[in-house]
Amino acid sequence: MQPFTEFTAVAVPLAMANVNTDMLIPARFLRKPRDEHYGQYLFHDLRHDMDGRLRDSFVLNETVYQDAKILVANANFGCGSSRESAVYVLLDSGFRCVIAPSFGDIFFGNCLQNGVLPVVLAEAECAELLAWLEANPGASVTADLQTQTVSTADGKVRSFTLDPVRRERMLKGLDEIGLTLTRLPAIEAFEQRHAQAQPWLAR
Amino acid sequence: MPSTLFEKIWDAHVIESGGADDALLHVDQNFLHEGAFLAFAALRREGRTVRRPKQHFAVADHYVPTLGREAGIAGVTDPEVRGLIDLLAENSAWGGIEHAGIDDPRQGIVHVIGPELGLTQPGMIITCGDSHTSTHGAFGAFAFGVGASQVKQVLATQCLWQRRPKRLRITLDGALGAGLSGKDLILAVIAQIGAAGATGHVIEYAGSAIRAMSMEGRLTVCNMSIEAGARAGMIAADDTTFDYLQGRPYAPQGALWDQAVAHWRTLRTDEGATFDREVRLDASAVVPMVTWGTNPGQGLPITGRVPDPAATSGDARRGIEAALAYMGLKPGQALDGLPVDRVFIGSCTNSRLDDLRAAAAVVHGRKAKIPAFVSPGSTQIKREAEAEGLDRIFTDAGIEWRASGCSMCVGTNGDLLKPGERSASTSNRNFEGRQGRGARTHLVSPAMAAAAAVTGTLTDVRRLLAGAAG
Repeated sequence: MQPFTEFTAVAVPLAMANVNTDMLIPARFLRKPRDEHYGQYLFHDLRHDMDGRLRDSFVLNETVYQDAKILVANANFGCGSSRESAVYVLLDSGFRCVIAPSFGDIFFGNCLQNGVLPVVLAEAECAELLAWLEANPGASVTADLQTQTVSTADGKVRSFTLDPVRRERMLKGLDEIGLTLTRLPAIEAFEQRHAQAQPWLAR
Repeated sequence: MPSTLFEKIWDAHVIESGGADDALLHVDQNFLHEGAFLAFAALRREGRTVRRPKQHFAVADHYVPTLGREAGIAGVTDPEVRGLIDLLAENSAWGGIEHAGIDDPRQGIVHVIGPELGLTQPGMIITCGDSHTSTHGAFGAFAFGVGASQVKQVLATQCLWQRRPKRLRITLDGALGAGLSGKDLILAVIAQIGAAGATGHVIEYAGSAIRAMSMEGRLTVCNMSIEAGARAGMIAADDTTFDYLQGRPYAPQGALWDQAVAHWRTLRTDEGATFDREVRLDASAVVPMVTWGTNPGQGLPITGRVPDPAATSGDARRGIEAALAYMGLKPGQALDGLPVDRVFIGSCTNSRLDDLRAAAAVVHGRKAKIPAFVSPGSTQIKREAEAEGLDRIFTDAGIEWRASGCSMCVGTNGDLLKPGERSASTSNRNFEGRQGRGARTHLVSPAMAAAAAVTGTLTDVRRLLAGAAG
């Protein structure tokens, strides 16, 4: 996994709440192998009309956001299914950071598994950031996981927190399986105790 | 110190505390479906193996067709779909994992067959690469959905690093009225707390309405916990749970059964244990529910009217306006009587025998006015329903009786609505495009779906139950 320390990019304001995983990637694309470029499916049915033409009305289609690599949205971003492809579509489009007041729980975890930083900002701060981005189309945002801040060219610095364990893993790009397997003796000892305490579980 | 059901299960599975509420947890049971191909591909690419294959079970459900199943895999015409069904079989064989393929008598929706086979048991930690894994919490297990990377981790290590969620208790007291079910209750809960109302929490459902409910109803309630944003939903095991489990193929037997039940009886929230949040709802006041919008929190009693965005402002107003535009509804429009094009009865939310009986009771002696089909939750349920003659009740009414799978809940097998079509559906998500591009989904209970099928409109099922057939 690619480490995440600091990232600066054009931020696209998506002033929608409850952006769900079916919007991020419609279910009919879930069958695609991972080595296919998932970026083409990002927000597919919002970006394209029924005839496959790009919708001018969707913010990601605006010329000024063609290089956007940070997404700012409203509450409950990524709610819905466990499909990790909802993160692959962002990652393969170059997005390394999503900023919102709250996230779907499984999506949040999937971001962390893929080096995409989910930043939780207070509701009012996120609304203010969205409004500023809408007033300054094409402006950049810096997300810094070392200082746990989100800053903009107007000099505003907003704080966020990620729990220390996950922050450390993101900063170093650590592989969780590698980490877990260093605990193998403790795991095996647990499994023995567990099977003794609840022998009906032994398989 | 008194502790909650959730804490008892969590604490019993901690291998290492990582600080800051983070822990390395043992996973007792993991379920796999065709979508696991991403996890298997990464696992095999990294040169890893399945550490404890007997604690996994794989089943084909997301991509299997619901028609033409007599032909087995040969009946799957789409080469991409066939490839995914074959790949699950191949990956399972590679990993030494038990697998129920398209023509296996144990085949069914993963969240239906886990309980049905007795693989799902109280006190377990259960994972699956599917958000509706919360379903299994109905057995007093801590069960949650994970993405492909974490499926891969469970395959490779049988453990997961998890952050401890907050605790929310939802107490549902009072008796549900005639014609109502777990689906109405959970839709009422989500309408009250919102589609993000339980984010960061694990829900424990308690109260007399839950205690009186069958396992099928409890599974429906826990299934939709994720639609309120919860990590998981759970219900303490009781005699209803044990009666359901006893004698199932993977349930403990003999002395082990007695030992297990004695332990399972301790898995309940102690008197005086505290929750981070408490919610109460009077189950006796719930009436049949239907969603009008594009998230599961946008639900109302069937007696209600579509909300008026003008009564709100800002983001809330824009949200309602967008939902109404997509759904083709007008502010103030009555839900009862709204014409529907198609009815779907199935999915991991509502496809169990009780669900099919409730739908059949409404359909009996009537005729469907619109296209409708039933997809039983498992091949076994299909057989059991046929033994009771439920299939005949549906087919006599002109309702299709199909094979088991996820079907029109997610549509990955091709069971989809046409653009603009409106459904009454017993599934769990009314997201834009969920049942097909431009499709409009109204989530309802099996009885309400049956009422829509025989009237052609969203209909208060209580009228049909009270009156004579016809």
